[in-house]
Amino acid sequence: MAPTHDVLLVGGGGAGLRAAIAIAETNPRLRIAVVSKVYPMRSHTVSAEGGAAGVARSDDSLDEHAYDTISGGDWMSDQDAVEAFVKEAPQELIRLEHWGCPWSREADGRVAVRPFGGMKKMRTWFAADKTGFHLLHTLFQTSLRYTSVERYDEWFVTKLLVDGGRVQGVVAIEIMSGKVEAITASAVIICTGGCGRVFPFTTNANIKNGDGMALAYRAGAPLKDMEFVQYHPTGLPFTGILITEAARAEGGHLINKDGYRYLQDYDLGKPEPKPVFRSMELGPRDRLSQAFMKEVAKGRTIDTPYGPVVHLDLRHLGKKIITTKLPLVRELCLKYEALDPITDLIPVRPVVHYMMGGVHTDMNGATPLAGLYAAGEAACVSINGANRLGSNSLTECLVFGARAGRAAAEYASTAKDPTPAIAAQAKDEQRRLEQDFLRKTGGHERLATLRVQMQKTMEASAGIYRAGDALAQAASELRSLQERLCTVSLDDRSRTFNTERIAALEFSFMLDVAEAITASALRREESRGAHQRTDFPARDDQRFLAHSLAHRGADGSCRIEYTPVTITRWPPAERVYGR
Amino acid sequence: MADKITMQVTRYRPEEESGATVQEYEVPCPKDWVVLDGLNYIKDRLDGSLSYRWSCRMGVCGSCGMTVNGEPKLTCETFLSEYGAGPVRVEPLRNFPVIRDLVVEIGDFMRKLVAVKPWIIRDQEKPLIEGEYLQTPDELEEYRQFSMCINCMLCYSACPIYGLEPAFIGPAAIALAQRYNLDSRDQGNDERLEALSVHDGIWGCTFVGECTAVCPKHVDPAGAIQRYKLTAALEELKSFVLPRKAR
Repeated sequence: MAPTHDVLLVGGGGAGLRAAIAIAETNPRLRIAVVSKVYPMRSHTVSAEGGAAGVARSDDSLDEHAYDTISGGDWMSDQDAVEAFVKEAPQELIRLEHWGCPWSREADGRVAVRPFGGMKKMRTWFAADKTGFHLLHTLFQTSLRYTSVERYDEWFVTKLLVDGGRVQGVVAIEIMSGKVEAITASAVIICTGGCGRVFPFTTNANIKNGDGMALAYRAGAPLKDMEFVQYHPTGLPFTGILITEAARAEGGHLINKDGYRYLQDYDLGKPEPKPVFRSMELGPRDRLSQAFMKEVAKGRTIDTPYGPVVHLDLRHLGKKIITTKLPLVRELCLKYEALDPITDLIPVRPVVHYMMGGVHTDMNGATPLAGLYAAGEAACVSINGANRLGSNSLTECLVFGARAGRAAAEYASTAKDPTPAIAAQAKDEQRRLEQDFLRKTGGHERLATLRVQMQKTMEASAGIYRAGDALAQAASELRSLQERLCTVSLDDRSRTFNTERIAALEFSFMLDVAEAITASALRREESRGAHQRTDFPARDDQRFLAHSLAHRGADGSCRIEYTPVTITRWPPAERVYGR
Repeated sequence: MADKITMQVTRYRPEEESGATVQEYEVPCPKDWVVLDGLNYIKDRLDGSLSYRWSCRMGVCGSCGMTVNGEPKLTCETFLSEYGAGPVRVEPLRNFPVIRDLVVEIGDFMRKLVAVKPWIIRDQEKPLIEGEYLQTPDELEEYRQFSMCINCMLCYSACPIYGLEPAFIGPAAIALAQRYNLDSRDQGNDERLEALSVHDGIWGCTFVGECTAVCPKHVDPAGAIQRYKLTAALEELKSFVLPRKAR
């Protein structure tokens, strides 16, 4: 029997919707499914603030964008992928413009660009400081034109169906009714975003549980570079709400408890009144978050009930810049901190923001598993290497969403029909979702207790600075949480919109992803980009200029292998900022 | 301030009960807790069976709209401390079918959104190689506020017309139609007018203005609707005096 769909996307954010449109435009006859656990316009792309990078001005060049990305990633980026990325970035951003994205403008009507961290030129396109919101709604509304796109809104994917070495669809729960169905497809693209919620303090929305990473990992596709977790230097305490890097790009200063621009002490350049590219507050996120930790150690931060903070000072920018270029920053500060950045200092601390790692793909989003593709934060191509530059990720969703869409469309046109074994797999999954959750007897653990335990473990071991002994301990703690997960008892045994069962499945995904993070971090005995080992403080190109690949064993254990980094024109060198 | 507050939460479990009930929970109320923090406390510690939607916790994803003490609110930006000693009454958004507890069915809006064609319509598309369409900051400002809609459904919940006449296309969908109509890159006014100038389109609105009052993003759907009525009336007038091509 023919599959229900030709291409099925798991996730309807920036990457998923861009992929869906690319497929529809490549071949209007293909039947496309977007399966998302939330309505697509709720996807976490909506929270991205600062902008999307792509060369836009005559004083800039593709090579400079490539170099900034590669040095920003501490030479862990695959340079062939970066070259394709910077080349296709401008046209993708123009395409969004043609679809109606309300990019901020220059007086003459051209799209405006702003500076951003780690970037040597102004090349970050922005829609005030709500870029992700506008990008997502533009994509979503544009996708409504294409009748070949069928949506499964509020369906939660629990398993990939794999037989004969190829992915053939998914099993998913329709959250509203609780019914569990197999949805077959010739190709599946994972576009589920990141997994910030494995940590306690994150900018990530509640839905960011690494679902797609875990689905792929369980199906036999490796996770790449999972040890590289980005801490964004400026989150609001308690809520973890992001204060965009654009605040520093517009000229904001980071100061410690003495009012001192402390970044000058960490090889990031000299303090100037105006922002300087690749210097001080416009340094890369990994280095800024590390500098914060050193300020804490020196006792130069400010203590609050929610941990130590430094201050982001925007006061000198004045009301006009703040209200026109950074309206969301002001809105968030007024609402959640009861302060006005025009007159007050903003308390900030580093916050888990982004996964450089993800499902291992090639430049076309293809994973090693036939029929399985991935794009966006869920994937690792890798253009981001050991540290992503701000404003590269929205563009990544567009460039690699489109690439994965086109590649999956081509594959799907030639794929065979689903095999009979799929039906039995789907039955087994239906039984599991019933027996292990709704009809489970015994058990005593509360889900939230285990989740908090996992998050604490991750913060203590896989934070900005890491050490081998703490990582090893975390790995065994996560193993024991996997066992305790079997003894969880749910309060909710009903089918209709049972969010507790979904949360339990999400937690199970997060635990797998957390294990891949700690195992990868433990094996990487060097410091590079966002992965800093106190017991191995130097970069070690001899041993570790290589991507880690985490494979899941049959018993759930994690096995790490390595694959070379592709170097084309930029041999590994020292990362230099501010000098 | 008291360190605990009572939340009175509407429960409805269609598999177990035929109608809605109210359940009381006592939750902590530190000064920086929002209503959603209270609900999460309940779900994590007291009763895992309570169902509601939430995601970004920063007022932009539009998931967590509920009725709080009678008013439609985003619960992630509504502070418990606004309700003094309490109690805080949390109900699902009004004017929608309730699926379960605090979760409402918004499929009706999703269909209406498609009906107004919220995408750029042009007779001819410029090739990408020719770059962007120029749009001055003033031209951007023309439609910008209508592009801020997060589809949170607070306006539909507040709209008395939608409550009485579910066929009414409603505030957010009309505001989004206007978002494209006013965009200098768009040429789709005529196509959208066909969907909107029917009885259940813009003419359903009697200008109560509640939609604008409750919008958490300061969009002015009521203004959009009034402005659109004027456009529609003018088009109607033109149709009497001019052949279609000359309009």
